[in-house]
Amino acid sequence: MKYEAIVIGVSSGGMNALKFIFSALPAGFSIPIIIVQHINAHSDNEWIKLLNNKSNLTVKEADEKEKIEPGNVYIAPANYHLMIENNKTFSLTIDEYVNFARPSIDVLFESAAEAYKSKLIGVVLTGSNSDGAKGIRRIKELGGMAIIQDPQTAESANMPASAIAAVQPDYILSLEKIIELLIKIDKPIKQITK
Amino acid sequence: MALSGLVDVSQIQSKVLKDETFAHELLQDLSITVTEMFRDKDVYKSLRKNVIPVLKTYPFIKIWHAGCATGEEAYSMAIILKEEGLYDRTTIYATDFNQHALNRAKEGIFSNSMMKEYTANYQLSGGKKSFSDYYTSNYDNVIMNQSLKKNIVWANHNLVTDSVFAEVHLILCRNVLIYFDNTLQNKVQKLFYESLINGGILCLGTKEGLRFTDCYEKYSELDKKQRIFKKKY
Repeated sequence: MKYEAIVIGVSSGGMNALKFIFSALPAGFSIPIIIVQHINAHSDNEWIKLLNNKSNLTVKEADEKEKIEPGNVYIAPANYHLMIENNKTFSLTIDEYVNFARPSIDVLFESAAEAYKSKLIGVVLTGSNSDGAKGIRRIKELGGMAIIQDPQTAESANMPASAIAAVQPDYILSLEKIIELLIKIDKPIKQITK
Repeated sequence: MALSGLVDVSQIQSKVLKDETFAHELLQDLSITVTEMFRDKDVYKSLRKNVIPVLKTYPFIKIWHAGCATGEEAYSMAIILKEEGLYDRTTIYATDFNQHALNRAKEGIFSNSMMKEYTANYQLSGGKKSFSDYYTSNYDNVIMNQSLKKNIVWANHNLVTDSVFAEVHLILCRNVLIYFDNTLQNKVQKLFYESLINGGILCLGTKEGLRFTDCYEKYSELDKKQRIFKKKY
């Protein structure tokens, strides 16, 4: 199996982007997806349940020390940083804000890059700050793949533009094309597991 | 690393082995002291609704804030106890292994820039008064009222190496155990279990639980979502 995890960072404009992703990804998509969406610290995370209802996959909040399993989508809880340990389990922390955010995309991406090395795909989507730029660079440094939403097609262009400035991405695509690509990458894996 | 003038990890390693003061300072520096007043409004709402009525049945009350860092949550608890009329018969043991953090907690001086957020947290969590009644503001800082500190005992205690020091009615240990592995968590949970009276209450962080510890069967859930547990008789 070439890729073992996909990490996605998304900020303003993210709700529409995530709704689109989850309605487009088919049941049986096997690579686990881990998402940081910047969200108000007081959010009760009910929106994760709403996304789950719209999805063909299981969308859930990432739990402390939970093991990452294929076929699941994990979302960072509000007001905690989400990190991935080398044994492919989650750690939550309440450390300081990074890039004015908790959860921070860089924190997830950098820890995921260390855990998965070349078997990781990083995706930076719509957003209006520059969180995720350092993290996507780290993913590339350790041999992973970098996919960035084409800023012209993003609801907020700044975050994907900052990521493109920080790294030479493998792909710059619209959200539709990103989904197509991910499905294509996932497909051969499904044949092996069947 | 930058502060100590050392350039890489191997330099730190040799200094840690030779210089006890440095080793101690490094440890303090690595400990996480991020905290807030009334962090997680729903937890504090639940404390008022589900825990305070239980505490009211005792003639005197002992509360342990384990891993209190710079004390924000201990002050939050002191405020609730005042408003519920329990403060004068309560002792709050606020402990941490980080002496720098404890010293700051003892001073009770916090940055004015945080007060807007804390005020909102306080109001959302069911606060009954004006939050500014509890502190005095001067330039960039505020100092918490002395009357809040009166019954708080600040003490150095290491959850991993130190043992039971009191029998208490309520333990709050929020967002400390997420930094521990399963073995350490079990050890600390055993310490909490032994420190609580029968029917005593344990309040963990909202992402922490007992499910994967040896103590899971020994508590009932007082508020499942807010991770508040009651020790079984």
